[in-house]
Amino acid sequence: MARIFEPVVISANDLFDGRVIYLSPADQWVGSLCQAELITDEARAKDRLADALALSDRAVGVFLAPARPGPDGRPEPGHLRETFRAAGPSNYFHGKQAEHA
Amino acid sequence: MYHHTDFDRAFVVDRAQRFREQISRRISGALTEDEFRPLRLMNGVYLQLHAYMLRIAIPYGTISPDQMRRLAAVADRWDKGYGHFTTRQNIQFNWPRLVDIPDMMDSLAEVGVHAIQTSGNTIRNVTADHFAGAAADEIADPRPYAELIRQWSTDHPEFQFLPRKFKIGVTGSPNDRAVVKSHDIGLRMVERNGRHGFEVAVGGGLGRTPLIAQVLADFVPAADLLPYLEAILSAYNSVGRRDNKFKARLKIAVLELGIDHIRELVNARFAEIRAQYDGSDQQVLAEIAAQFTPPDLASGRATAPYDAARAADPLFRSWSDTNLTAHRHPDHAIVTVSLKKHGGTPGDATSTQMRLLADLAERYGHGDLRVSHEQNIVLPHVHRADLPALYHALREGDLATANIGLISDIIACPGLDYCTLATARSIPIAQQIATRFDELKLEHEIGPMKIKISGCINACGHHHVGHIGILGLDRAGVENYQVTLGGDGTETMSIGERAGPGFSGDDIVPAIERVVLAYLDLRRDPAETFLDALRRLGTEPFKAALYPKAEAA
Ligand code: HEM
Ligand code: SF4
Repeated sequence: MARIFEPVVISANDLFDGRVIYLSPADQWVGSLCQAELITDEARAKDRLADALALSDRAVGVFLAPARPGPDGRPEPGHLRETFRAAGPSNYFHGKQAEHA
Repeated sequence: MYHHTDFDRAFVVDRAQRFREQISRRISGALTEDEFRPLRLMNGVYLQLHAYMLRIAIPYGTISPDQMRRLAAVADRWDKGYGHFTTRQNIQFNWPRLVDIPDMMDSLAEVGVHAIQTSGNTIRNVTADHFAGAAADEIADPRPYAELIRQWSTDHPEFQFLPRKFKIGVTGSPNDRAVVKSHDIGLRMVERNGRHGFEVAVGGGLGRTPLIAQVLADFVPAADLLPYLEAILSAYNSVGRRDNKFKARLKIAVLELGIDHIRELVNARFAEIRAQYDGSDQQVLAEIAAQFTPPDLASGRATAPYDAARAADPLFRSWSDTNLTAHRHPDHAIVTVSLKKHGGTPGDATSTQMRLLADLAERYGHGDLRVSHEQNIVLPHVHRADLPALYHALREGDLATANIGLISDIIACPGLDYCTLATARSIPIAQQIATRFDELKLEHEIGPMKIKISGCINACGHHHVGHIGILGLDRAGVENYQVTLGGDGTETMSIGERAGPGFSGDDIVPAIERVVLAYLDLRRDPAETFLDALRRLGTEPFKAALYPKAEAA
């Protein structure tokens, strides 16, 4: 039996400032997880990873980050680590949560 | 206080300039990330969860007021107005932009501060007793030796590509405040027939395989220290495993080959290397030592204001009972300033606090500041008459928490809030434990207690040597915390024993509370510390408190 593919988004850090970035459906590196392309198919993940690497001049450490669809279908973090990457640390109001406050 | 030579200064400035060029080549695309990564790591630049991180060395924890002010300025200008002091006597900035790092480094280089060898498979920042040069129990100040080791190891061509990172810790006192036996090489000063030398232990380390260093030589005369260290490094370079990252540390070579075999290798190399030393190292040492002369403490001032303040102000008395250590000059005290305000992030200081500490060190502390491996700041030489004024100034700066050595003086690594390697968070657990015991008002009743927390098996938070150690793990995407009991990082070092299954993030603080309350019931009298009680009774009664249901079943 084929193993179930867990949904992912393509993520990385920005070369200039290290911020967490995600690949959008329009091939843009965006700052928010909710704008990322949620990938639910393994073959598509492979293709998109290749696309991302080709676009990687400003992205460092491109990888498939676990995600899951939220109530509105937009990606939400699929792992605790991704929750922190998407929002920022829990000891200070810094990082992404502060950028959008 | 050691002042950098022109050579040191030129070296640091040159290195910053070279790194600036490397960064600009990375940004232009001339260097790929794979090419650039080792270069940035060589300069203490990591990429963490949310940003880059710059790790800056504070050799043997000694820092001047001007250097501290510069850290504050860097924090304000290029970071978020604070810095994180770590267990390896470094400071880490968590939010720099890559493009700003060259300017940060230039600014730091102006005051002789740098990030060289704070990463990579090299001899890392040499750590030492944070009370060096002041402690009443000290045989001699270990810092001239630490500085000699720093100069020898910096850019040493043979030791830039070791099998793994390499850590050296030094203490000049029989009481070990530098956890020397958790280092690849732990040096403890000893005196024999009126001569100073070092007990040299090797193969210590925490992390995946926690091991206590074993004694390689019980007395190496001070004059032989450098060639002896060189012999150890040279032996390690030849036998250290490069095929497996997890087996590459010296501790594994000692474990696999045995201490006697390592000793033979080292002694053979030592015989060759010793002959090549012509005594110039001793000349350098003498020049360094001349710069570490103790401050002029003879003042004849009365200590009456101290006694009066103790009698009049219970808060001052509590703080001075907890945060002061005996100075070798009885009219003076060593002051440890807590960076562990209840509910705060252990080890963090704001730029305002850094500036205040710099000013206070100048006003009351002979311009000397230290960073302790326990993530606190030390003013090593304060006249007792100045303590009330110092205390009030610290209170103004939110730096007067009276908890040194107590349950809320927790070491916690950055964990999953910042670190890419983490499997769970450390900081919130430390915050909750500190807040809980502050609410219970039991902290002073409990007495000496070391809780140490790491967010993964790398053990940056020293959990193995915590009286109570907490290791954060990932259980299917959920934080889980494993407890170890009975660790000790001092001269009576022991590795904590794993107590049993881990606890969820919600259950860990109540579990710690149960163990601590059990101790209060079990101890013979208030003079028996948690560690003493645990050593007398064994871990069983404490495990029973941790897992009450299992006990009932
Ligand atoms: C649970 C729901 C959501 C959460 C937790 C969330 C979280 C965030 C966070 C943390 C950011 C800042 C990330 C960054 O740029 O660095 C962000 C940005 C953004 N979000 Fe969401 N979001 C949510 C729902 C939505 C929805 C429903 C929409 C649109 C219909 C949306 C649209 C956007 C856009 C356009 C940005 C970028 C804004 C900018 O760049 O200025 N988000 N979101
Ligand atoms: S112990 Fe692990 S999580 Fe904590 S700082 Fe070290 S590597 Fe990171």
